[in-house]
Amino acid sequence: MASSVLKICDPVYCQLREHGEGTYPNECCGVLLGKALDGVNEVELAVRAGNTRTDSAHNRYHIAPQELIAIQRQARERDLDIVGFYHSHPDHPARWSSTDLNEAHWFGCSYVITSVDKGKAEQTNSFFLAGTGEDDKRFEDEEIALWHERC
Amino acid sequence: MKIHIPTPLRQFVAKQATVAVEAATVGQALDELTLSHPELKKHLYSDDGKLRAFVNVYLNDEDIRYLSEKENTAVKDSDSLSIIPSIAGGVDMATLTEVPAVALPSLNNDEIARYSRHLILPEVGMEGQQKLKAAKVLCVGTGGLGSPLAFYLAAAGVGTLGLVDFDVVDSSNLQRQIIHSTKDVGRPKLDSAEEKLKALNPHMNIVKYNTMLLSSNAMEIFKDFDIVADGTDNFPTRYLVNDACVLSGKPNVYGSIFRFEGQSSVFATEQGPCYRCLYPEPPPPGLVPSCAEGGVLGILPGLVGIIQATEVIKLILGVGDPLIGRLLLVDSLGMHFRELKLRKNPDCPVCGTHPTVTKLIDYEQFCGIEPPPAKDAVQVNGIEQIDVTTFKQQQDAGKNYFLLDVREPHEFKIAEIGGYLIPLGDLQKRVGELDRGREIVAHCKMGGRSQKAAEFLQQAGFKVKNLAGGIQAWSEQIDPRVPKY
Repeated sequence: MASSVLKICDPVYCQLREHGEGTYPNECCGVLLGKALDGVNEVELAVRAGNTRTDSAHNRYHIAPQELIAIQRQARERDLDIVGFYHSHPDHPARWSSTDLNEAHWFGCSYVITSVDKGKAEQTNSFFLAGTGEDDKRFEDEEIALWHERC
Repeated sequence: MKIHIPTPLRQFVAKQATVAVEAATVGQALDELTLSHPELKKHLYSDDGKLRAFVNVYLNDEDIRYLSEKENTAVKDSDSLSIIPSIAGGVDMATLTEVPAVALPSLNNDEIARYSRHLILPEVGMEGQQKLKAAKVLCVGTGGLGSPLAFYLAAAGVGTLGLVDFDVVDSSNLQRQIIHSTKDVGRPKLDSAEEKLKALNPHMNIVKYNTMLLSSNAMEIFKDFDIVADGTDNFPTRYLVNDACVLSGKPNVYGSIFRFEGQSSVFATEQGPCYRCLYPEPPPPGLVPSCAEGGVLGILPGLVGIIQATEVIKLILGVGDPLIGRLLLVDSLGMHFRELKLRKNPDCPVCGTHPTVTKLIDYEQFCGIEPPPAKDAVQVNGIEQIDVTTFKQQQDAGKNYFLLDVREPHEFKIAEIGGYLIPLGDLQKRVGELDRGREIVAHCKMGGRSQKAAEFLQQAGFKVKNLAGGIQAWSEQIDPRVPKY
């Protein structure tokens, strides 16, 4: 049973899935802004990011640190935090890969993956980066709670 | 000053989003931070005290790794530092090859008979032979290295072979480029190679690219292949092949030769180093002579090309230890094979953790090579060029030029056109032998070395012209009795 929860409202959930369809056959990526409260990452906003891995964009993504700094500044201004990231897996299942885990360093954040099959967004899963450091880090399956009231 | 802490690290700073520190430099600010919050240290620094590769620290909008004074950069109270762990990921290569699981092509009875010695090797077997048939290998160049390489790959049953070359067969190629024969002199190398390969193995598919490999076409050509074998003879193309391999994620099976020595390695794999990890910068132009200038033992490219072919086959079959992270040095005179360990350079501009080369560049410029002068250029670098026809006419009309030959004595023995021999390397100390009162025309084999000689002589106060095209042009346009070499 998943212990952490990603709370996300419908329109934002649709936005991140559409982003993956838009960049197909390449991977999309973006940042989730919101609040982290006792094992619940509550998303208010999804910010699209450019994939800098133009060399291998169909199976790799990387967000430029400069862009991340700008997004973080944007979050501070709205009194929000970075609570997660999303990316797509074109024609691959919505499971984290060992590359995803190796490259994940934001503990306590949610990593959302959408499989995009032949250009159409299929499954969206969220994984919580648990652990305290590089040696014991792991992805835990996380429940996605769709939230209709706000946004 | 303020230090912005990212969400995952806030648990180590009492959940604060921002920590204020008093500091004069970036380094001091980070020291202050880890001193007051020691838990943070192991998350930011590795055991050797270096900032972890995935942690970026920005002073305002600048990565501190790229500030000229790095950690010693002075900071003001109004500045802010941001700690930003990297965000990246993607689908694994292993799953990529597993998931599509395209069925391997089957072999017909002719093919089974042809490849029987492979099929009975357990390390190859039916599946290995089918992998070879499914494989697509690009050979850049069909010259000295490309000849044995393409020949053996064709014989071994590689299903698709791409060939890139723009040259025509010259008789001076036949001493080592065994895919071409005497009757092919003057033919495009691609056509000559295709004919031999098809004769050897009619089951294979040959894709010809009758062009120079360029920054503008490399990615497009590479995209249809699994492995690239580099049989080029010059630095700009070698860097181009390497970078295009890194950028497209294809292994670069490298070979190179120089006189009696050769090298081979497998570059640009995910785990291993690339050519730029070994040689970040090209040598200055002219330092390493090409085969045309420096000569090469004809057998040597055979030896090195076959090492490349072996590595290609191993990569396709997934057997043995490929030359990844190892540079094999071949010394044909001593007949020694030595091996150097190579490491992936994390600061490599193309395959490192923060690549600065993210698309193909101008490799001629990178290697310091100036565009060749137009055929009818009047002046190059301030030196007047004279073509062989004009030179001959003026000489016949009685113009009293002093013809200076700056080639090596062993070249002079092969062919000469009545010049006074002073090899380029001796020119400085023997300049006294030249008459300042007479206009000099300098020549060499093709016009490159004599241009350098002319530049030196002009500097030294002589009146001098360069014979464009050298003794080669003389042989082609004036006197075919002078042998071409």
